[in-house]
Amino acid sequence: MPKRTDLQSILLIGSGPIVIGQACEFDYSGTQACKALKEEGYRVILVNSNPATIMTDPDFADRTYIEPLTRPVLEKIIERERPDALLPTIGGQTGLNLAIDLAEGGILDRYGVELIGARLPAIKKAEDRDLFKAAMERIGLDLPRSGCIHSLEEAAVLRETLGLPVIIRPSRTLGGAGGGIVQTPQEFQTIVEWGLQASPTHEVLIEESIAGWKEFELEVMRDTQDNVVIICSIENFDPLGVHTGDSITVAPAQTLTDKEYQLMRDAALRIIREIGVDTGGSNIQFAVHPETGRLVVIEMNPRVSRSSALASKATGFPIAKIAAKLAVGYTLDEIPNDITRETPASFEPTLDYVVVKLPRFTFDKFPQARDLLGPQMKSVGEAMSIGRTFKEALQKALRSLEIDSYGFESTLRLGSEQAGGSVETPRDAILASLQTPNAQRLWFVAEALRLGMGVDELYQLSKIDPWFLDNIAQILECEKEIQRAKGPEETSGGGAQPTEGVAALPPGLLRRAKQMGFSDVRLGRLLGVSEDAVRAERERLGVIPVYKTVDTCAAEFVAHTPYLYSTYEGEDESQPTDRKKVVILGGGPNRIGQGIEFDYCCVHAAFALKEDGFEAIMVNCNPETVSTDYDTSDKLYFEPLTLEDVLNIVQREQPHGVIVQFGGQTPLKLAVPLERAGVPILGTPPDAIDRAEDRERFKRMLERLDLRQPANGTARSVEEAVVIAQDIAYPVLVRPSYVLGGRAMELVYDEASLRRYMREAVSVSAERPVLIDKFLDDATEVDVDALSDGRAVVIGGIMEHIELAGIHSGDSACSLPPRSLSAAVQSEIRRQTTLLAQELGVVGLMNIQFAVKEQQVFLIEVNPRASRTVPFVSKAIGIPLAKIAARVMAGKTLDELGFTQEVIPAHVNVKEAVFPFIKFPGVDTILGPEMKSTGEVMGVDQSFAMAFVKAQFAAGNILPETGTVFLSVRDRDKPATLPIARQLAENGFSMVATRGTCAFLRQHGLSVELVNKVLEGSPHIVDALQAGAIDLVINTTEGAQSIKDSFSIRRSSLECQVPYFTTVAGAEAAVEGIARLKQGLLGVCPLQAYHGEEHG
Amino acid sequence: MRPTALLALADGTVFEGSAFGAQGEAVGEIVFNTSLTGYQEILTDPSYTGQIVTMTCPEIGNVGVNSEDVESRQPFVEGFVVKEYWERPSNWRAQKSLAAYMREHDIVGIQGIDTRALVRRIRDRGAQQGVISTHDCDPKQLVEKAQAAPGLVGRDLVKEVSCREPYDWSQGYWELADGYRQQGTGQAPEPRFSVVAYDFGVKFNILRHLVEAGCRVRVVPAHTPAAEVLRLKPDGVFLSNGPGDPDALPYARENIAALVGKVPLFGICLGHQILGLALGGQTYKLKFGHHGGNQPVMDLTTRKVEITAQNHGFCVDVDSLSERAEVTHLNLNDRTVEGLRHTQEPLFSVQYHPESSPGPHDADYLFQRFTALMEQFRG
Repeated sequence: MPKRTDLQSILLIGSGPIVIGQACEFDYSGTQACKALKEEGYRVILVNSNPATIMTDPDFADRTYIEPLTRPVLEKIIERERPDALLPTIGGQTGLNLAIDLAEGGILDRYGVELIGARLPAIKKAEDRDLFKAAMERIGLDLPRSGCIHSLEEAAVLRETLGLPVIIRPSRTLGGAGGGIVQTPQEFQTIVEWGLQASPTHEVLIEESIAGWKEFELEVMRDTQDNVVIICSIENFDPLGVHTGDSITVAPAQTLTDKEYQLMRDAALRIIREIGVDTGGSNIQFAVHPETGRLVVIEMNPRVSRSSALASKATGFPIAKIAAKLAVGYTLDEIPNDITRETPASFEPTLDYVVVKLPRFTFDKFPQARDLLGPQMKSVGEAMSIGRTFKEALQKALRSLEIDSYGFESTLRLGSEQAGGSVETPRDAILASLQTPNAQRLWFVAEALRLGMGVDELYQLSKIDPWFLDNIAQILECEKEIQRAKGPEETSGGGAQPTEGVAALPPGLLRRAKQMGFSDVRLGRLLGVSEDAVRAERERLGVIPVYKTVDTCAAEFVAHTPYLYSTYEGEDESQPTDRKKVVILGGGPNRIGQGIEFDYCCVHAAFALKEDGFEAIMVNCNPETVSTDYDTSDKLYFEPLTLEDVLNIVQREQPHGVIVQFGGQTPLKLAVPLERAGVPILGTPPDAIDRAEDRERFKRMLERLDLRQPANGTARSVEEAVVIAQDIAYPVLVRPSYVLGGRAMELVYDEASLRRYMREAVSVSAERPVLIDKFLDDATEVDVDALSDGRAVVIGGIMEHIELAGIHSGDSACSLPPRSLSAAVQSEIRRQTTLLAQELGVVGLMNIQFAVKEQQVFLIEVNPRASRTVPFVSKAIGIPLAKIAARVMAGKTLDELGFTQEVIPAHVNVKEAVFPFIKFPGVDTILGPEMKSTGEVMGVDQSFAMAFVKAQFAAGNILPETGTVFLSVRDRDKPATLPIARQLAENGFSMVATRGTCAFLRQHGLSVELVNKVLEGSPHIVDALQAGAIDLVINTTEGAQSIKDSFSIRRSSLECQVPYFTTVAGAEAAVEGIARLKQGLLGVCPLQAYHGEEHG
Repeated sequence: MRPTALLALADGTVFEGSAFGAQGEAVGEIVFNTSLTGYQEILTDPSYTGQIVTMTCPEIGNVGVNSEDVESRQPFVEGFVVKEYWERPSNWRAQKSLAAYMREHDIVGIQGIDTRALVRRIRDRGAQQGVISTHDCDPKQLVEKAQAAPGLVGRDLVKEVSCREPYDWSQGYWELADGYRQQGTGQAPEPRFSVVAYDFGVKFNILRHLVEAGCRVRVVPAHTPAAEVLRLKPDGVFLSNGPGDPDALPYARENIAALVGKVPLFGICLGHQILGLALGGQTYKLKFGHHGGNQPVMDLTTRKVEITAQNHGFCVDVDSLSERAEVTHLNLNDRTVEGLRHTQEPLFSVQYHPESSPGPHDADYLFQRFTALMEQFRG
C-alpha cells in the first residue's frame, strides 16, 4: 500500500520534560518520526515543552511549538494549524494521554483531525485495565487474577478474594508512580489511598502477586495489511516485581526453548490484533512461571516506549521511524531495511551478540529514600552494552554506568547497623539484600558467591534465573584464577615492578579475561598494578579489541551502516577510512545533572562536522539518545566511556581530534588522561578545565584578572572549617572538594550545623579538604553561555535566575533575556565573560555562573564546556550554539561562521526545572545547592509573566485561576509578599495564612483567614491541603527548624498536586501570570515565527 | 580448560576453539543458522544430514535438551559450531545438557570461535566443505580433508535418513501444560482425510500439523513406488523435507511424476524441489542457502507477508517450469521462489517450513490449504 495522499499535515506530540519513566527515548522516537514524515513530504507540526530535545530544533518540523502539553494549549495549536492527522504514539505516556484527552474531549472531531497509528478504541483497550483484561480473556490468554477499584470500599472487597500479597498499580501514571507490592493490611490501606490520588483517573489495579516469576518483553510491529513482526525479545535479569525500567534487561531472551518462545510470539500477535493497534510498534510484557512455564500477560503499551528505544538500539531496527512510515500507509515490505538496503523491513532481526541494559540510579541524591526496587520506577537513566557473550556485555555495562565501578568490586558497605541496633554479619546483610531487590544487587550477588554461596541457594533467595547467576559465578571464577596467577600477596609492597603482576598472567588467561569483559582497571586492581600497566602488557601481547557490526541479520547480508561494538575475537569490521575524522564523546547514562542537554550538544556536533566534510564518529552507551541513532553520525561506536574503551577506538581510528566538551562531566574527566596518552583534544585545552576546577589555580587567575568571587577557604580539618566560616561569616556553603555537580553541598547557617555537616556528611582530611564559600544572601544568580574561537568571544545568552542564589542552577527557573539586571550589570557580566574566555583560551563553549548582589558581580563558577542551558539558549535566540561551537573547535572562526554579535531576543524565554520527588516517598522537596531536577521545560511568550506561566504549566504546575491561596512567609519576605497578596485579592482569590503572615496581611487591610501550622494542631494546613481546600501554596522558610516544620506542607502539596512556590520571586511571577491568564492572554506561537520575525 | 578443537574450511581458513560434545572428527558442508531459539530442533532436523551447522546466536546450551523438542529419531547434523556453549541448562523442561546429548549421539562440537567471522566468510565465498576435529591438530591436514570432502551435489542423502518401513503417526500439537496431543484421545481432531507422507527426511512437526489438520497419516519410505502409494487410496500425498541435492533422487522424481494429477500433492522443502523436478523443471544450488527463522515470504495470493522458518541450499528454477506452474510465494529478501502451484493439477508446494519448529507459526494455514485441496478433489 503506498503512502496516504489524503493527508497533508500531521501533528506530533512530544513527551515533555525528562522525568523518571520518560527520558530521552522519546526524543529519539520523536526525532525519527519527524524525519520520517518530513522525508515523505508531510507538513509536520510538533508540540513539546522540552527545549533540550533534538526534535524541537526548528529544522525537524515545519512548525515547532515549544508550549505546555495541556489540552487548552493543544486545542489552540490545532485551531491554528488545522492538521489532518495526529500521530499519538511517539510521545510516551504523556503524548498518548493528551491525545486521548483531545479525542475524548471532541476536539479532534471538531477540527477534523484523524488519529493515525492507534485509534481511540485501541488505545482505550490497551490502557484501561478492565477492557484489557476482557480482551485477553476473549483471546484465551492468561492473566494474573486481578480487579480494578475506584474506592477504598471496592478495594477491601477485592482484598478478600485475592488475599495478600498483592501488587497495586494506579492507572495511567508515569513509570508506575504510586504503586507497590503490599504484604500487610495496613500497607494495603496506605498504598491504595495513595494510588487513588496519584491516578489521573482515580483508578487502581490490584492483582495477584506474581513476584518472583521470570519477566519477558516483546517488541511488536504491525502494518495496515495486518503483517506483524517481532523486533526483539528481552529477558529481565530481575524477577517480576521490579519495574522493567529499573530491571537489568538482556536481549535476546536467553532461557526459553523455541516452543516456549513461539507461544509467547503467538500470544503477542493475537494481542496486537485483538487490541487493534492499526500500525506501529507496541511493547508487550509477559511473565513465565519458572517451574511450570505458565505464561501470563502483564501489560501492553500501544506506542513506542523506553523498551522500543532499547530494542531499536539492540537490533539496529529503527522502530519509531518505521512506525511513522506505517502510520501513513506503507506496509513493512515496502520499507527497506536501512542497514542491509536490499532486504525489506518485514523481517525479524536476529542477533549474534548479547545486549545488556543496566539502570542508573541516583539514590545518593535522596538520602531519605532507601534504594529498594519495586513496581514504581526509580532509575533516572540507563546504560546499554553489547558483547559477544552475556558475560562480556554485563561487565561492559558495569563500567558504562559510571558509578566508579569497573567490574564486580567488593566495595559494599556490609555489616551495617540495623534499626534495632544489632550489627548484621556480612552474610546476613547479603541474605537480606538478595531477598529484597535493590540498586546494588549485582554486587551483592557477586559478594554472596565470594562468600561461597551456591547458585541454587542464591536463586532461592533472589529468584534471579540461575543462568544469569552462573554467568556471574564464571566471572568470579576467572577473577580467582587471575589472583592465583598473580601469586601470593606481597607483604613488603611497593617493591614490585609495575608490570610484574600482569606479566605473571598467562597470555591465554589475559585474553580470556578480556573476552569475559574484564576492564583494564579491574584487572589492574586484581593484580595490584595500574590500569596503564595492564594496557601496556595487553598491547605488547596483541590482546586488543576488534569491532563488530550491529546489522539486524547476524551477518547474513552485507551491512551498510557502521554501527559497531568491541569484543575480543578474530575479525575486525571497523574499516577505518582515510577521511579527516573527529570523535565525539557522548555523555553516557542520564543522571541528575547530566542528561539530554548534553546529548543534544553531541548530536549537533555530529551534524555540524558532517556538514563540514569531516567523518563524525560518535561514542556513547546510552540507548535512549539521538546520539546513538546510527543515522546521527557517520560511524557509531556503542561503547562505554572509559579511558580504556575510548583509547581503543582512538587507536583504531586515528582521528584528527576528539571532542570532549559536549557530553558533560563524563568525557570532560577523560580530557586530561586522553591528552596525556597523546590524543589530540579539539577546542579548549584540557588544562583550562583544571584551571577552572582547581580551587587555588582558579583563585590565582581571578586575582590576576581582578575579578571578585565570594570569600572562601579550604578546610582540612573540622577546626579549620570553623575558623574559616567565622572569618567569612555565616551563612556559608560547604562541599567536599572531590565531588562534582553540587553533590553533598549544603548551606550552613551556624557553627552547630557546620560541625554536624563536617561530622556526618563528609570525611575531611588533608587529602580530602572541604570547600567553604561565603553564601551571598539575597543575591541574584546569573548563568551565561558564551562561545569563543580563541580570539573573539560572543555571548550566547545571559540568563537571570528567578530563585535567589543558593539553589543549584540546574534547579532554578531562569529568564532570557534577564528581567531585572541593570544595563551596567549586564555589561560588566559581558566584560568578565570575555576576559575569562580569553584567559582560559576557550575554543568552543563556556558557561559561567555569577551572583549579583547590590549591583556587584561575583564569580561563582566557570565551566569551559557546553552547559545544560545550551539547547535552551539556542532555541531562545534562534542560533544553534553547539553546531557553531563544533565548527569552531574544528578550526573555523566565529567571523567565518557569521556569529559575531550577541542575539537578544525580543520575546521572553523562561526555563523551569522538573523534579522527581513524587517517586521518592518521604523526601523533602525543598531546593538547595545540590541538584535534584531530572528535566526542564521552556515557556516562550511576549511577556515575562506569560512565559513564566507557560513554563509552570509545562512543568505540571497548573496554576489556578480561582480558589484559595495559602501563604506562610518568613519575616523578611513579608513586605514583598504584600503586593502579591493584593494582586491575589484583586483577582478574586481568597487567602489563608499562618499566624505571623496572617497578622501582617491583616494589618495592611487584607482579608485573610487564619490557619494553624501543623505543630499548632488540627485542623491545620496539611488537613486543608488534603481536603482539597487549597489551590496554591506560597511558603518561604529560613533556618533548619522552620524548614523542618514546613516539610509536611511541601510534601502534601506535592502529593495533592497543588502548585507551590518556595520563593517570593517565584510567587510574584506566578501571581502576575495568573492575572494575565485570567485576561485570556494565553496564546501559542511556533518557534519559526519568533525567529522569522527577528531575522526580518 | 576444555580440550582444543579445530575447524578447517576448504578455502584454507582454520579456527581454533574448544571441543564440546563427542570427541572425533566431523566432515560436511558448513552452513549457518540465524535462529535465536530451537537448537535442539535444528540438531534433529534430518535435512541437515551432510552439514555442519553454525549457530549465529552466541549463547547455546542455555535451555539444555529435553525429550519433547525433537524433530526426528536422532540428531542428524554432522557437527555443531557455537560461540559459547553452556553446560548447565536453566529451563524447567531441561533434562540434560546439550553436550551430554551430543556425546550420546556422537556429534562433535566446537565452541569459542569467532562464529561471526565464519558466517561472513560463508556469506562472501559461499557454502563450502569443512572439518571439525578434536584429535587432529594439524591445520594443513584438516584443510586437505575438507577439500577432499564430497560435498552435497549429486549425493543421495535421503536414503540415509528415510524410514525403512512405513508407519502410522498420531501425535498432534505440543501444549504447555500437557505436552503432545494424541489423535483418538479427543485431544487432537478426529481424522477426515487419509494422507500418505513420503519420508525424505521428514520433520515430526509436519506430521503433527497434518494430524491437527484432520489427517490420518501414514509415513512411507522415500523409495516407495507410486503405485503402492495409490493402492492405499489416500486423499492426498505429502512430500517431505529432507537433505541434500534433489537432483540426486531420480527415483523420487519418477514416483512423484506418476502421482501428479492422480491425487492432491503438497510438498515442503526437498518435497517442493522434487515436485519441481517431477514437473519437468530444474533446480540449482544457492550460494549459501537460507537457514533461519526470520525470512520474509509474501503469499502472492493474499499479498500478506509471513515470517518463515527456512532450511534449504537448493532452489527451484521457476522459469524451467514454463507454463505448468505458477509462483505463489516469494522470498522478499532475495526474490527467490518460495512456493508454487500447478496451473491445472491439484498440487502445490513451498520451499520453506510452514511446520516451523523452530520458527514462527505464521504459515500454519498451508496445512488447511492442503485439506481444502483434498476436500475439493474428493468432492
